[in-house]
Amino acid sequence: MTANLIFFLILALVSIGAALGLLFSRNAVYAALFLVLNFITVAIYYLLLNAPFLAMAQVTVYAGAIMVLFLFVIMLLGTKKLKTRGENLWQRRLAIGLGVVLLGEIASLFFIQGRGGALLGDIGTKFGGPEAIGLELFNQYLLPFEITSILLLVGMIGAIVLTKED
Amino acid sequence: MIPISYYITLSAILFTIGAVCVLIRRNAIIIFMGIELMLNAANLAFVAFANQHQVLSGQIFVFFIMTVAAAEVAVGLALIVTIFRTKHSIDVDQLSSLKG
Repeated sequence: MTANLIFFLILALVSIGAALGLLFSRNAVYAALFLVLNFITVAIYYLLLNAPFLAMAQVTVYAGAIMVLFLFVIMLLGTKKLKTRGENLWQRRLAIGLGVVLLGEIASLFFIQGRGGALLGDIGTKFGGPEAIGLELFNQYLLPFEITSILLLVGMIGAIVLTKED
Repeated sequence: MIPISYYITLSAILFTIGAVCVLIRRNAIIIFMGIELMLNAANLAFVAFANQHQVLSGQIFVFFIMTVAAAEVAVGLALIVTIFRTKHSIDVDQLSSLKG
């Protein structure tokens, strides 16, 4: 076992633990903080995979902006725990059963089909940096980039119109 | 150096947890967070494959997914706030006005 693999596995444990914390925590604020931890571990994976620009965007956009929005709405609506009256038990059992089936399929793919594949690692510092991303974005993906700006405008106007009190 | 299957397996596990979160939780905000977790798992797979093939398109796609997720969260949370104002609850089981 190389040091890289040990690092990967520890980070995977943190990541999966944070995701499970999101799944099981009763308090919405704790769930949001667990999700922030998960986003940050994923950002570290991006760094390992030669995507420094995306890692920083992940921290600022996801762990920063989006989660602040979530926390803001949680605070706005009140942090009291949601009452779990009228438990829909069959639904929960069905969901957990389906999740276990999916995990079993993943495990079988991982252990039976082989856990090899191409080795991922450092492929040069230029790859995935802001310069490379910018060149690719503005040369090949200019139209989608502009459409994204319209999408963000629509999202902004939608949020304002929906929450406007009149 | 880590084989790509490790990354894909991690991504699939995170996706599964997000999907189960969407299925078993009632709080609309936490369901929303489960959706974000699934998007993130897909992003991880994208970045892993971008590294494998050494093509930047995968990373550009993740960039677009992030912006779409940001827009989606803004509108979705606005919807949740509006629902809370009219129903005084964000329990998805109680939003059954349209039940046939």
